[in-house]
Amino acid sequence: MSFNNLDQLYRQVIMDHYKNPRNKGELEEGALKINMNNPTCGDTIQLQLKVDDGKISDAKFIGEGCSISLASASMMTQSVKGLEVDQALKLSGIFSDMMQGKEYDEENFDLGDIEALQGVSKFPARIKCATLSWKAMEKGFKEQDEA
Amino acid sequence: MMNVQDIRKQFPILHQEVNGKPLVYLDSAATSQKPTQVIDAVERYYKEINSNVHRGVHTLGTHATDAYEGAREKVREFIHASSTEEVIFTRGTTTALNMVASSYGRANLQEGDEVVITAMEHHSNIIPWQQVVKATGATLKYIPLQPDGTIALEDVENTVTANTKIVSVMQVSNVLGTINPIKEIAAIAHQNGAVMVVDGAQSTPHMNIDVQDLDCDFFAFSGHKMCGPTGIGVLYGKKKLLENMEPFEFGGEMIDFVGLYDSTWKELPWKFEGGTPIIAGAVGLGTAIDFLNEIGMDNIQQHETHLAKYAMQQLSTIEGVSIYGPEKRAGVVTFNSDEVHPHDVATVLDTEGIAVRAGHHCAQPLMKWLEVSATARASFYLYNTEEDVDTFVAGLRKAKEFFGNVF
Repeated sequence: MSFNNLDQLYRQVIMDHYKNPRNKGELEEGALKINMNNPTCGDTIQLQLKVDDGKISDAKFIGEGCSISLASASMMTQSVKGLEVDQALKLSGIFSDMMQGKEYDEENFDLGDIEALQGVSKFPARIKCATLSWKAMEKGFKEQDEA
Repeated sequence: MMNVQDIRKQFPILHQEVNGKPLVYLDSAATSQKPTQVIDAVERYYKEINSNVHRGVHTLGTHATDAYEGAREKVREFIHASSTEEVIFTRGTTTALNMVASSYGRANLQEGDEVVITAMEHHSNIIPWQQVVKATGATLKYIPLQPDGTIALEDVENTVTANTKIVSVMQVSNVLGTINPIKEIAAIAHQNGAVMVVDGAQSTPHMNIDVQDLDCDFFAFSGHKMCGPTGIGVLYGKKKLLENMEPFEFGGEMIDFVGLYDSTWKELPWKFEGGTPIIAGAVGLGTAIDFLNEIGMDNIQQHETHLAKYAMQQLSTIEGVSIYGPEKRAGVVTFNSDEVHPHDVATVLDTEGIAVRAGHHCAQPLMKWLEVSATARASFYLYNTEEDVDTFVAGLRKAKEFFGNVF
């Protein structure tokens, strides 16, 4: 049986993050907690971020969802850990460009595992799965700014 | 018996490849496909008789009015209403239910009153009631479900009280496929002095409907799920109730006399049809009804019941697949696979040209009751075949195999 089409979407790295999610769990009290759901499909995530002196010192998530949304959350927490908040937001913008199939900045960031999600851009119905955790982070920093 | 291959020929959209595979459309509970007759009828309306209704002295205006009112008569006959005065064209089921909640609910509910619905309702039969009880101080109550996703009349009797003013229940569940005993529930509602509202979105396309036999007070359904165009639906209401209700929208079309500070309304059903109505949509729905009548609703229901049964048999041969809802059901099979998330199931099936729905199916409270965040659903209509089911089941096996390799 051929899985060619599917392999484009479900790359091995993605399946690895799905199977062995990094940073799944909860941070101690005082962390920034953001709940986000995808109302069209029922996926939910709670992202927890610890920010010290403008830097994301730790990131974890809990939630329910499909392989793409959970793998993306795993990759996302992995990649923003240690970044300055504005750098993390920039990375989120790059990820958004990648999902929309646009040219994206590959020079200034080490995209690492995230790049494996590039194939999602060819499955429009699944883009929102991949961006859920990133949107949660953006929402968290926006609300913190407004507070 | 109906000839499914002949029926399929009349649905042009089915004869295409999706992702390099012949399309297998198993999402008719979301929206049905349209036969050539309906597509042609809408086109002919715009090409030959398009005009506004109920006002033109000119010939086209008369033709358009005849076509629009002719469609109303077809709907009346189809649902066995006693008069076209009881047939109101709306945008769909959602609008129809909102009309009842707003026009009837707000005027007839007060603090201490109850609205009773069930735990399996679609959002469009939950939220309008949430809103109207908030506005009136009434209470919203739920009839619980049996473990197999059916409703026990005993639970209806225990939930509906003398304080209940409105009972609103779906006739067929869009998730579980449950066929609810509307006639019996309506009798209990009436014994307690409540009106009976029926969400017929998932029943009207698939079975004979007789609103007088059901003895419901309001009945709502959508055209697009029964081979008609999107944007047209129907609210049936008993004349006596409709006469005492205020219009839902105010403006052109629905008036009798307009003064500077006061106005009066047209007769039924037009007082509920403010603005230029959905003329082409009604014409398309009328043609869809002709099409369905020609095949016969009993034949359609029998065919779908068979497909659902066959699909459940086939699915039960796959390890780790759970099916939600009762044995006896309409043509809806909602399921989950223990290894593969429903979105992933839907994506894998899509790469095989198979269209199914994945998610919460606009029934979040029901998902909570099922203790799942999402499910996948295959739904059948008159144009589906056993081969469609076989392709679907093979696709699901493929999804299991693909994800099984991961774990």
